[in-house]
Amino acid sequence: MAAVTALSETPAAESAGRPRGMQARRRRRLNLFRYVVFTVFGLFFLVPLLAMARFSLEGATLGTWSLTAWKQIASYQGTGVPPLISSIEITLELAVITCAVMLVLLVPTMIWVRLRVRWLARTMEFLCLLPLTIPAIALVVGLGQIYNRLQHFSLSALMLFWVYVILALPYAYQALSAGLSAIDVETLSEAARSLGASWFTVMMRVIAPNMRQAILNALLLTASLVLGEFTIAFLLLYNNLQVELYSISRNTPNAGVLFSTSLAALLLTFVLLLILSYAGRRRRGRG
Amino acid sequence: MAVAATTETGARPARAGRRLSAPAWVGTVPFLGYVAIFLLWPTGIVVVDALKNPNGAWAFSNITELGNPLVRGYFIGSFKLCLLSSLLGAVFGAILAYAVASGDPDGTVRRLYLAVSGVLAQFGGVTLAFAFLVVIGPVGLLFHASWFYSFPWGITVIYAYFQIPLMVLVFLPAIDGLKVQWREASENLGASAWQYWRHVGGPLLAPAFLGGTLLLFANALSAFATIWAWENQIAYIVPQQISIALSSEVGLSNVNVADLLALGMVIMVAIVMTGYALLQRRAARWLR
Amino acid sequence: MNALVAAAKKEGTLNVIALPPTWANYGAILSAFTTKYGIKINSTLPDGTSQQEVNAVKTQKGTAKAPDVLDVGQAVALANTSLFAPYKVATWSDIPAAQKDAGGLWYEDYGGYMAIGYSSKFGTITSLNDLLGPKFKNAVALNGNPTSANAALNGVMMANLASGGTASDISKGVDFFSKLKAAGNFSPVSATGATIKAGTTPVVFNWDYLNLSSYVGVSNWKVFVPQGVALGGYYTQAINKQAPHPAAARLWEEFLYSQAASGGQNLWIEGGARPVEQLAMSNNGSINQAAAGKLPSVSGSPVFLTQAQNTDAAKYLAANWAKAVG
Repeated sequence: MAAVTALSETPAAESAGRPRGMQARRRRRLNLFRYVVFTVFGLFFLVPLLAMARFSLEGATLGTWSLTAWKQIASYQGTGVPPLISSIEITLELAVITCAVMLVLLVPTMIWVRLRVRWLARTMEFLCLLPLTIPAIALVVGLGQIYNRLQHFSLSALMLFWVYVILALPYAYQALSAGLSAIDVETLSEAARSLGASWFTVMMRVIAPNMRQAILNALLLTASLVLGEFTIAFLLLYNNLQVELYSISRNTPNAGVLFSTSLAALLLTFVLLLILSYAGRRRRGRG
Repeated sequence: MAVAATTETGARPARAGRRLSAPAWVGTVPFLGYVAIFLLWPTGIVVVDALKNPNGAWAFSNITELGNPLVRGYFIGSFKLCLLSSLLGAVFGAILAYAVASGDPDGTVRRLYLAVSGVLAQFGGVTLAFAFLVVIGPVGLLFHASWFYSFPWGITVIYAYFQIPLMVLVFLPAIDGLKVQWREASENLGASAWQYWRHVGGPLLAPAFLGGTLLLFANALSAFATIWAWENQIAYIVPQQISIALSSEVGLSNVNVADLLALGMVIMVAIVMTGYALLQRRAARWLR
Repeated sequence: MNALVAAAKKEGTLNVIALPPTWANYGAILSAFTTKYGIKINSTLPDGTSQQEVNAVKTQKGTAKAPDVLDVGQAVALANTSLFAPYKVATWSDIPAAQKDAGGLWYEDYGGYMAIGYSSKFGTITSLNDLLGPKFKNAVALNGNPTSANAALNGVMMANLASGGTASDISKGVDFFSKLKAAGNFSPVSATGATIKAGTTPVVFNWDYLNLSSYVGVSNWKVFVPQGVALGGYYTQAINKQAPHPAAARLWEEFLYSQAASGGQNLWIEGGARPVEQLAMSNNGSINQAAAGKLPSVSGSPVFLTQAQNTDAAKYLAANWAKAVG
């Protein structure tokens, strides 16, 4: 930094003035660029969302307004068919279970590999990114036999969590590994061990708390994946939120509840992500 | 490391009886076992069944089916859609990422766009397709565009909706890694903005950009729900055909065909993801 | 019969699959059954295809949630008779011989004729070739992919028959859709209730009972069947050999084929579908005359695709459909 500022000061007055003038002009051009970009992209992303909002507030005939679609999230039901709210419940439960399993399975394993089994790190990275290479639509073809056996234990759609953890692995892994590489694992673990901590204590009470932001990130990515998952549930003949929405879209003229439910799910995820980003920054500032 | 060894021997007597004799990798067995059962085994089934015929007998000649013009057509369709949507997503995503990165690192705009990207990157499927259908399309509320129904243009626009946020999420760290000092240094040496990008910024960002494009490509390749809900009277791409092979009710259902298509998809994505991994490694070098 | 009712009530539950409530009045049928016998119905996968029903029977074999009864297309039924248990309902003799399996493994339940439903903003359609005109830009849709969905395959077959083709060769139908696409009138968007209401797919090829105003949800919906073309399709009932609730399954079948005023056959005709026992019921007077009168009239002798014709059509479509309209 010092060398650069020195360079900018030694040349003649006109070049010393140039960085500042150029900086100002560049700043103005940059700001214009940013405003244009944000407006254009903002519109692109907002317009379908607004269209969805519009349709979710649609009344019985085109052109009237009503909150029915939003109220129907809790009560929508075709006769003899499971109501919408039960698939929402199942999907939310699935999200919680998947997040919990991911937490218990991935976090300790990643820390352990980082601490004690370094030679497995490459393999682990490969395995965790493998689900990106084996897309859900390809995986589900082979999953049939395994779910066959699982169905003898439980027929609930909650059994989907087994494969949802796999689907979320790449995203959770990348979030967690970014957090893990930001802290000095070796020093922390040596310090804790020299104070007499067991490996378990080192992992759970020393390292993991330092990865809080990354863990929260990973959980949120997992949860939003579960909320949006359609392919595997559909082809394994389970009824989750997205499959139910698809069913509703195919069978009723009333698309309103489709949009209100999706918007609700989107808003929920958005609010959670926003809270997360504010919570994360503040903690880092204080430390 | 020596320090750790002495502390270990020092600490050991205090916890006699714990599982000290097991090698460290045993701790990874739950994870490895889980992945083996729910990822490797189904993949194995797909690969093996792709080479069998419906009676269960081996039929290695099934591989030649991949050369069948009809099947080739699905892969070409997939390739076209993925290429278009990943290029579109990458270019626009990079522009958006640059706009976000050049702002206040703690500002509201950045948080907002990051949160929105996080949400929209996973948004797709039924509601997205339907929302687009009523907004654009020949009788759309906003735009009347008959090209919207043609493949791959219309569906590419819909894919861009979640490809662009994904690119923002993936590419932003790379732009953040471009140090301000490099820009200042190049300006002090008399370079114009164009020259900076051409000789400094561009080459530095290129691996991350290409890597992001490949990730988008893989993401588009696996996408299923959106196109299924958009137009499913014609199968353009492999995922649609896999679904048809599993659930056709006019007698064309054939699990082995589904396995074969899935195998082909896996090979295609594997090639792309290998490229991504290599590029990530190169990009990481520059950003250290 | 009383013993059957008692046994079914003891089982207390019935598992059905792929029965959308708005399809042929199934919503009313499901609740009527529960009201009458107090047996709870688990209805899964309402939007499933016939093949998915069979897949569910196979993969959920031996579990408590396996489907008890199936309502599938002809092709799928004939290909999977090994999964069915034979049963003959009380009104067995009123089902025409050609529409049931002699051994009782499967029996047709309801059906209709392929028709074209359209919004009245297009005026009145008098012939199939009207659809090639300029006012139908991006308007004409099928109900699914013909290589996958039974209804869509029959839609193409109807166009085939109306264009002078025969049941054994669907090529003229594919050619018609090809011309439609060339004129810019073919809409690849899958027609659903929501797209019809939004006006995205104002012309739909679908079974006549699915082209009812009440089902479609718009009030200005008309139906057209090409002159002399009566392409019929009936769906088929069967009982799962390994049904977890065998008595409830058989009671369900008795209910569906009962000719009572609130029995299955009349509920179907109220939904615009033609029940398989229609002829017998017209003769013995048990049919709901008002509903029967509302059924769209068809001209020409009815054509039903045989299994061989179905397979040939599917094969031809698999090879040529994407090319023709892609």
